[in-house]
Amino acid sequence: MAFDAGLAVLVLGVASWTIAARDTFAAVVGFVAYGLLLALIWVRLAAPDVALTEAAIGSGLTGGLLLGASTRLRRTESLAVGEKPAAALRAATIGLCILVSAGLAAIIPLLPEPAPTLAALAAANLVATGLGNPVTAVLMAYRAIDTLLEVVVLLLSLLGVWSLTPDHLWGSLPSPHYRADSYETVTFVTQLLAPIGILVGIHIFWIGSVAPGGEFQGATILAAMWILTMLSGLVDAPAVNRRWLRLLLIIGPVVFAAIGLAGFAMAGAFLAYPTNHAKLLILIIEVPVTLSVAAMLTLLVAGPPERSSHR
Amino acid sequence: MADFLLAAAGFVLATVALGLVRILRGPGDADRIMAAQLLGTGGIAALVLLAEANGVPAAVDVALVLALLAAFVSVAFVESVARSTADRT
Amino acid sequence: MNLVFDVLTVLAVCAGAFFFLAGTIGLLRFPDALSRLHALTKADNLGLGLIVLGLLFQAEELFVALKLIGVWLLGLLAAATVTQLIARAIQPAGLRD
Repeated sequence: MAFDAGLAVLVLGVASWTIAARDTFAAVVGFVAYGLLLALIWVRLAAPDVALTEAAIGSGLTGGLLLGASTRLRRTESLAVGEKPAAALRAATIGLCILVSAGLAAIIPLLPEPAPTLAALAAANLVATGLGNPVTAVLMAYRAIDTLLEVVVLLLSLLGVWSLTPDHLWGSLPSPHYRADSYETVTFVTQLLAPIGILVGIHIFWIGSVAPGGEFQGATILAAMWILTMLSGLVDAPAVNRRWLRLLLIIGPVVFAAIGLAGFAMAGAFLAYPTNHAKLLILIIEVPVTLSVAAMLTLLVAGPPERSSHR
Repeated sequence: MADFLLAAAGFVLATVALGLVRILRGPGDADRIMAAQLLGTGGIAALVLLAEANGVPAAVDVALVLALLAAFVSVAFVESVARSTADRT
Repeated sequence: MNLVFDVLTVLAVCAGAFFFLAGTIGLLRFPDALSRLHALTKADNLGLGLIVLGLLFQAEELFVALKLIGVWLLGLLAAATVTQLIARAIQPAGLRD
């Protein structure tokens, strides 16, 4: 009890500091700290799948994304800090925040106890899916269409990022150029961590069928390792118009949708699996989706193309 | 045993919180980069203790992922700071 | 046997927590960024190693114990190398002649 209270106070403290931070770099640091602490809260609530996702995507990868944004905004930062919104606007914002907080504080104690849940039903049908982890069963069998749409949304957001390219640079290299120097410390760090990271990513993806894990967490770790190699300059960012890159990006959603459509023939509905082949089909979907999502996340962090491919 | 391990996790978190106060207040970016390292090591310790105390064995996997991503975030922070000093010179 | 293991766990975890405290005190009291980095990395990772050692005695099966050791080694590796990186950022390698 005391532990939980202390953790909650710590999280609130870090969150307040992040909001009050004066420059974007400090705010990003606070955000990453906040995400890591949230992962602890999820473990405390006995939700390790969510903790994995929070630590990987919510904190690590989003931290990298925000850091890229902060770097790009550096030139205009002094202008932004100097702005002061009008007193009326600030008063209205404070009033709205208080209203929402009070509303939440009033409603949450009124929620039914015990909370209505489908957990028993999900666990009962687990055998039919051939999986051992109910969370993966929900993501890939019961609500597979949500997962398919999530992957498509990721792809669309990547297209949104790419749409920020200046016209004359369309199709070229994203992210600033990082020099590779074989005696640099960062090269050593990458050469040490990237292989281990790739193994861990594959491990987390693979055990997702019987233990907390899964394709999104595994894909995030793979993406983080790819970004690491780009940051150290060992591997240059791929040009956005490369065919292999575009194939890699779409193979996941395409396979997912194809198996979904085949579900009409096999079991009578979109994304329905015939009972004894469910696990095999889920595996066939998961592998390309992991690779595609890893590529999508990497390119999201790399940003819109900003360097010409011709040197 | 479970209570003791939970108390130990709480103690580790308290030390992390104290360290965070110093780091986040510290002037300049150099101190702030250390926040990722502090939370990485402290978070791994707390998670590993919670895995045993709470009976959530998957927390060790979360610790594994945390180790990797804390390293990744630290490298990203350092590269960002290095670029900013290069931009200013 | 169980009692012996429990006592060992308590001792190791207490030692580990003590080193975490030492690391934080160093973080609060050391004068400049580089020495704070020393306190942060060395003391905290030693604390982590002792805590993992304590938990090894509580592990039910070999695989769990190996995973714990793996986590510790990865944390150690990552911290050791990334700390060098952070140190270079704080003070570029202008070597004193």
